[in-house]
Amino acid sequence: MELVAAAAMGKFIGAGLAAIGSGAAAIGVGAVAGNFLAGALRNPSAAGSQTATLFIGLAFAEALGIFSFLVALLLMFAV
Amino acid sequence: MAAEAQSEGGLVFHPLDQFKIYSLFGENPIQWYTPTNVTLWMALAVFCIVGLFVFGTRGRSVIPTRVQSVAELADGFIYKMVEDVAGCEGVKYFPYIFTVFLFILFSNFLGLIPGSFTPTSHIAVTAILGFGVFICVTVLGFVLNGAHFLGLFWMKDAPLVLRPIIAVIELISYFVRPVSHSIRLAGNIMAGHAVIKVFAAFAPMILISGIGIVVTPVSVLAITAIYGLEVLVAFIQAYVFTILTCVYLKDALHPAH
Amino acid sequence: MVTETTVEEAAGAAHGAGSAGMPQLDFSTFPNQIFWLAVTLVVIYFVMTRISLPRIGGVLAERKGVITNDLETAEKLKQKAVLAEAAYNDALARARVEAAKIVGQARADIQKDLDKATAKADAKIAAKVVESEKRINEIRAGALEAVTAVAKNTAKELVSALGGKADAASVNAAVSARLKG
Repeated sequence: MELVAAAAMGKFIGAGLAAIGSGAAAIGVGAVAGNFLAGALRNPSAAGSQTATLFIGLAFAEALGIFSFLVALLLMFAV
Repeated sequence: MAAEAQSEGGLVFHPLDQFKIYSLFGENPIQWYTPTNVTLWMALAVFCIVGLFVFGTRGRSVIPTRVQSVAELADGFIYKMVEDVAGCEGVKYFPYIFTVFLFILFSNFLGLIPGSFTPTSHIAVTAILGFGVFICVTVLGFVLNGAHFLGLFWMKDAPLVLRPIIAVIELISYFVRPVSHSIRLAGNIMAGHAVIKVFAAFAPMILISGIGIVVTPVSVLAITAIYGLEVLVAFIQAYVFTILTCVYLKDALHPAH
Repeated sequence: MVTETTVEEAAGAAHGAGSAGMPQLDFSTFPNQIFWLAVTLVVIYFVMTRISLPRIGGVLAERKGVITNDLETAEKLKQKAVLAEAAYNDALARARVEAAKIVGQARADIQKDLDKATAKADAKIAAKVVESEKRINEIRAGALEAVTAVAKNTAKELVSALGGKADAASVNAAVSARLKG
């Protein structure tokens, strides 16, 4: 029974650690958006044509955060 | 876990209950043909699409009505995206891409109605969409370009020593594409809905303890804010899924970088 | 709770989504979802390709045609307007010339009338002046005569008062001689 309790505790700790990944993804998304904004302010005429690239970059950065969120969810509810 | 929470403070956390699939009629086990809430909400999405794109454009008016101009706007938006990203040859596949876009968009938006069910929050649905795109694009690449399609993995401008390593990395990244493509959509939608549910579970705190005077307004405000974010995410995820489909399509049409 | 979860998982296939597991990972519902997803996508695809996209394409083409036509019409109308403006300017210039002519004519007429009237008035004035001069002369002559008579009478009276005896003829002659001198 104690082993089971330890396993449950480990699960929650693991889920919490996995949630750090969401914060890391937030840093990544912020870097993408911030650099886009910096470039867009420097050359506003070219910004409009690059919004698609911006969203692709945001999606890639965000996907990894979603993966870590998924790992947390799996630990909480599925394992 | 729910039982534990209840014994501590009386709060009930069921953030994932909203994703449950149940049979619409009776309690019979779910077969592949059983009408479930998946069926219901997908049918509602179809009805909305039909309403917008068939009844909304019924007038065929040169000066569009409000609904018709929305339909034209959506059409023009995706058409331009396909043309810009995938090139002129990609326009041939516009109806498929537009179908996927509309399905995701309407599922996401209908899923934001309180108490609704979101088909796109399920890995099964998004995996079929993502792997469908992956398989179609890969087959298309080989049919159109033959063995040249493998040039996608063989970087001509990289040093010869690095080329095999890069090829392996490119190959892995190519096969991870459908996974990230589908999990991104499902994960985003699921995460948003689950977060709203978690805050919703804090909302009745005012009935339980004194600290609820602080917690309840904060959680209601948080639900409102996250709901607004989710409206944005619902559109952006449909957009991102579609634009990534276009990018993959471009890789299949023009494998040489 | 872990034991509960495993039990749930074991029974998951029969019960549908367990309360503890993720409904997303309940594989028993996958065929159902995939089937209905396929149905939905096929329906949307056929609605789009059979009804909606041709219709929107038609409307867009029609609108393009209408806009092109309208632009052409607008161009034509603009040319017409330019022509009309030129004609208007022409007419205006002509009218101005005409007006100048009419004004000149009227001025000449008026001048003529004025001259005639002035001449008439001058003649009348001249006639009046002549008449007046005549009358003035008459009056002057009358006055002279009266002065002569008075002078003669006065002279006669003076002569008689001084004790002289004067006949009328010599007094008259003397007065006349004095008055002439």
